Amino acid sequence: MDLKNLTITKIHEGLLKGDFTSVELTKAYIKNIEEKDKDLAAFITITKDLALSQAAEADKMIASGKKVSMLTGVPGAIKDNMLIDGVKCTSASKILANYVAPYDATVIQKLKDQGAVFLGKTNLDEFAMGASTENSAFGPTHNPYDLSRVPGGSSGGSAAAVAANECCYALGSDTGGSIRQPASFCGVVGFKPTYGAVSRYGLMAFASSLDQIGPLAKNVEDARIVFEAISGADPKDATSGQYILKDENVSLKNLKVGIPKEYFIKGMDLEVEKVVKEAIEKVRKQGAIIQEISLPHTEYALACYYIIAPSEASANLARYDGIKYGLSKTENELLGVYLKTRGLGFGLEVKRRIMLGTYSLSSGYYDAYYLKAQEVRELIKQDFKEAFSKVDLILTPVSPTTAFKIGEKAADPLSMYLADIFTVAVNLAGLPAVSIPCGEIDKLPVGLQVIGKHFEDGKVLKAASLIEKLVVE
Amino acid sequence: MISKKDVENIAKLSRLDLTEKEAEGMQKDLSEVLDYFNLLKEVKDKIKLVSVEGKEVLRNDEAKAQSRETIEKLIQAAPNTKGEHVKVKTIL
Repeated sequence: MDLKNLTITKIHEGLLKGDFTSVELTKAYIKNIEEKDKDLAAFITITKDLALSQAAEADKMIASGKKVSMLTGVPGAIKDNMLIDGVKCTSASKILANYVAPYDATVIQKLKDQGAVFLGKTNLDEFAMGASTENSAFGPTHNPYDLSRVPGGSSGGSAAAVAANECCYALGSDTGGSIRQPASFCGVVGFKPTYGAVSRYGLMAFASSLDQIGPLAKNVEDARIVFEAISGADPKDATSGQYILKDENVSLKNLKVGIPKEYFIKGMDLEVEKVVKEAIEKVRKQGAIIQEISLPHTEYALACYYIIAPSEASANLARYDGIKYGLSKTENELLGVYLKTRGLGFGLEVKRRIMLGTYSLSSGYYDAYYLKAQEVRELIKQDFKEAFSKVDLILTPVSPTTAFKIGEKAADPLSMYLADIFTVAVNLAGLPAVSIPCGEIDKLPVGLQVIGKHFEDGKVLKAASLIEKLVVE
Repeated sequence: MISKKDVENIAKLSRLDLTEKEAEGMQKDLSEVLDYFNLLKEVKDKIKLVSVEGKEVLRNDEAKAQSRETIEKLIQAAPNTKGEHVKVKTIL
């Protein structure tokens, strides 16, 4: 079976026409995983039995002639920080190495309702904290374009799995770029929806004011299909909102596109800059009105993010205490149980972030760090608001470099944090943004970021699908 | 540079046991990142923070019944239990 050229739409047509069954297709994906994943390590858990039973169920539904959805019988993969009832969910942490999910995340429930097939759970940086998937307690994922390089992170397993045809689509989560940056490094499409467009219930919380679930797929159309399936208000997530895809009528002609000057900075890879600018030029040639804009507080976004996200993480990860679930070390006193369990269970980067957050929130430093960061966050939001009064969409690079070597940045946390420089502001402002492949440098993919206004996810995806046709031959 | 004592104190507040080697590395790494945070001191704009704009977002504080099956799964997940209860070490 030609997995490379299969998209959700093509699978849907193939299933309806009877060219293949979902069971046959699922077996083909599993075979591919078994062959390739020894080298890639994109998966933490392969749910072969679950996938085959879901596929058989989907085949039955299709055979019965009942109306089925686009995702019925289509094999996908799920980042291992989202709960599937009865399946292990580790968040790539030793502290949850044997944890079995007791219920379904809302996104999982929604996909199950559509007849989806889950091939397995994909690798990530522990608790989604990282930009390379090297912080996984189970070892790094490798980039399918070059096995000596990282796939990006934290949804590196999901991006690598889609790129290597180990699944047709995958879910990721994006707190500071964790869907878009790995999508960029692996040459796939990665979409971070507006904050609140997708329920976070059943997603292991990292930084609740920033976390958002979204799809990774082979093209924008597929990403859109998955997004439509998982979005919507959920009583179990108070920050979720009802959302209807709109703004479909987008044409590149006369579209007002802003290019923020602060996103083409000293120190970024000149080749990446060139590829991104060439893509923007192609958009201009279609009649778009390209204008330089300014997002003046951009240079503060990274510091702001690395105060707010760890602060929220320090509170969210307090739940891993050796009492309720997961790893537990027996000690004489309660405090000892906490210290030992967490000391042994968490990896170095998770410890680092919990400590950064604890420090930023401690009395004496709260005003200088946490409160200051909240103020800067507001200024960053205002920058975007101001910009969107003049333009419809903003185009930027996704990452200042292509995929870097495994081990290259692992020993230097600050240089790893800098990999997020073009993606964090979008999370701070809660905006929708998609990464689409726009070229290659030395056979490594480069991504273009399309950013839109709140709840204009439809417009972002529509414009991205038009741009995709220009830049992908 | 933050002191070793600071690192020990933050680790304890964070409920994290660190090895000697981890504590040393943490002193260097945290200092470097905290130095980077000083960038924010350049921002002089005064801004008033408002909570969620005018909308009532709080729900009633009420327990919703879960299925027997879910309850059993949740209790089973706890490392130390007694009957239907999660067991913890003496607190007082």
